Amino acid sequence: MTEQKPNSFRNQPDDRGHFGQFGGRYVAETLMPLILDLEREYEAAKADPAFKEQFDDLLEHYVGRPSPLYFAPRLTEELGGAQVWFKRDELNHTGAHKINNCIGQILLALRMGKTRIIAETGAGQHGVATATVCARFGLPCIVYMGEEDVRRQSPNVFRMKLLGAEVRPVTAGRGTLKDAMNEALRDWVANVHDTFYIIGTAAGPHPYPELVRDFQSVIGKEARQQMLDRTGKLPDLLVAAIGGGSNAIGLFHPFLDDPSVKMLGVEAAGHGLDGDEHAASLAGGFPGVLHGNKTYLLQDEDGQITEGHSISAGLDYPGIGPEHAWLKETGRVDYTYATDKEALDAFQLLCRTEGIIPALEPSHAIAAITKVAPTMPKNATIVANLCGRGDKDIFTVAEALGVEM
Amino acid sequence: MTRFTDTFSRGPALVCFITAGDGDTAANLDALVEAGADVIELGMPFTDPMADGPAIQAANIRSLNGGTKTADVLQMATDFRARHPDVPLVLMGYANPMIRRGPEWFADAADAAGVDGVICVDLAPEEDQDLGPFLRDKGIALIRLATPTTDDARLPMVLDGSSGFLYYVAVAGITGKQQAAIESIEANVSRIKQHTDLPIAVGFGVRSPEQASEIARVADGVVVGSALVDIIAEHGKNAPDHLRALVSKLAEAVHNKH
Repeated sequence: MTEQKPNSFRNQPDDRGHFGQFGGRYVAETLMPLILDLEREYEAAKADPAFKEQFDDLLEHYVGRPSPLYFAPRLTEELGGAQVWFKRDELNHTGAHKINNCIGQILLALRMGKTRIIAETGAGQHGVATATVCARFGLPCIVYMGEEDVRRQSPNVFRMKLLGAEVRPVTAGRGTLKDAMNEALRDWVANVHDTFYIIGTAAGPHPYPELVRDFQSVIGKEARQQMLDRTGKLPDLLVAAIGGGSNAIGLFHPFLDDPSVKMLGVEAAGHGLDGDEHAASLAGGFPGVLHGNKTYLLQDEDGQITEGHSISAGLDYPGIGPEHAWLKETGRVDYTYATDKEALDAFQLLCRTEGIIPALEPSHAIAAITKVAPTMPKNATIVANLCGRGDKDIFTVAEALGVEM
Repeated sequence: MTRFTDTFSRGPALVCFITAGDGDTAANLDALVEAGADVIELGMPFTDPMADGPAIQAANIRSLNGGTKTADVLQMATDFRARHPDVPLVLMGYANPMIRRGPEWFADAADAAGVDGVICVDLAPEEDQDLGPFLRDKGIALIRLATPTTDDARLPMVLDGSSGFLYYVAVAGITGKQQAAIESIEANVSRIKQHTDLPIAVGFGVRSPEQASEIARVADGVVVGSALVDIIAEHGKNAPDHLRALVSKLAEAVHNKH
């Protein structure tokens, strides 16, 4: 008997927030009523044309959408295979895809009458995007950030402060992104009456993975139409980097029911998968429960969560959005990984061939393209999400290359 | 399960929490029981204790840094059961360590260790399938939490499949921090009593005999955790004497309600 394939890959999650065996709502009881409220409110917002109109208007005039779709001629020539196209989400206001989701969530917060916003951040991109929308709508903003990340990402800390946010360094645990998320959850549980938690990736308790995906799906919807307009056909392959996976699911989701379109998610393999120094939850982890959802996690044999490592602070999270876990298990999306070294090489390659300084996160996607594009025919097309710009990473890259600035 | 019935039938119970593997757990547990604790909650350490305040977070880290494994926690439970055949024992922790080897494995292991109940902080009733049926099969109580945000419409969902006792979380927040007003506790306990015959134990933010005494007048049990964990953090090897001193006062306050 062959395995039953779903009729559509685009109708997840089910009404309890499950993507197959993944997702769900694993939170302390204090938060459950709030999570249920959020779900009801999101359903109402989806059915409200005024909500969509306001979202679209802000994306167009504040964020700068649609973002361009760019054919990369010199990179394509250098790789000698499929045509490489980039969805330029690094040109968004604040320099990454994160803002798409923050616009959607702050509109939900306003709908729900919440007056205080909290967020977690790792590298600081989601923190900056959240601080930005809070300034835009005049709401107080508290960003939890691991103490170690506060030190490493001081320009983004200053940006958040300029935007009026309070950055609270997290010393609990080991002071990284997952600890920042724990601390944000602790804040939320103590301030349920007035606080909205803007989660930065397509993970967390239902309905977050769904609503973050929906807000980020603007990336894939635009790219799909732009490719049809420009090339007259759908792309053969989509490629995106994955930490929690919001930029990837945003690109992939609108194409999931196009069987001719293959998809490749690229995890961060850090120093390589043979040791512990990586952040590849799908390739090197096991299913488990953390931060409100069931998904693949980096963990030991007792279920203790282990630390992710990546040169990209935006990818070193020990989990992954539950929809990716499901898409892996169904086989609809392929997942691979790129090491720190490969990402650094790809970073420099894009600088040199296209005059674009990418963030280290999409550099992982570019690294995967350098392997796969040469194996594809020249009339094939690849669309990769250039989900962030590299200004924030130049210090990290200089250090990795042994350059003194 | 009958250990819960017997214990709560004797009047208000003092429920004491400590984290397994933080200090000399066996000596600390014995001190709690000798000083009058009626129910023991043994915390399973986890790297990411999202619902806990600084005191219990630090206890989790101390325990894990000391090398505590799930097998060690189960052995501590087994040894406790051998020394204290009649004291109800609850394992309290987070979902991931409990389901890592599969829920059947955990239910079997907890049963073999003589555990009476399990509190899984981040297992909402909506996700009961991951653990609840396996515990119930073994006759182990799944003790759920109700909170100030659990309204009357939601209570039946929380109570369905609950047994042993119900843990009422007095404050919307994390462990060890703020204290709830007794009026709010009393109103919520009597509200919940209209939905269930289960004993109701009240915890979060309870530190002093005075608070314990107030709560014992309106509920079936009083849970103390962070205050005990603080003593272990401060006194290390000498913690048992200090635990005995506080717990005997708490026990007197709960049992005599004065």
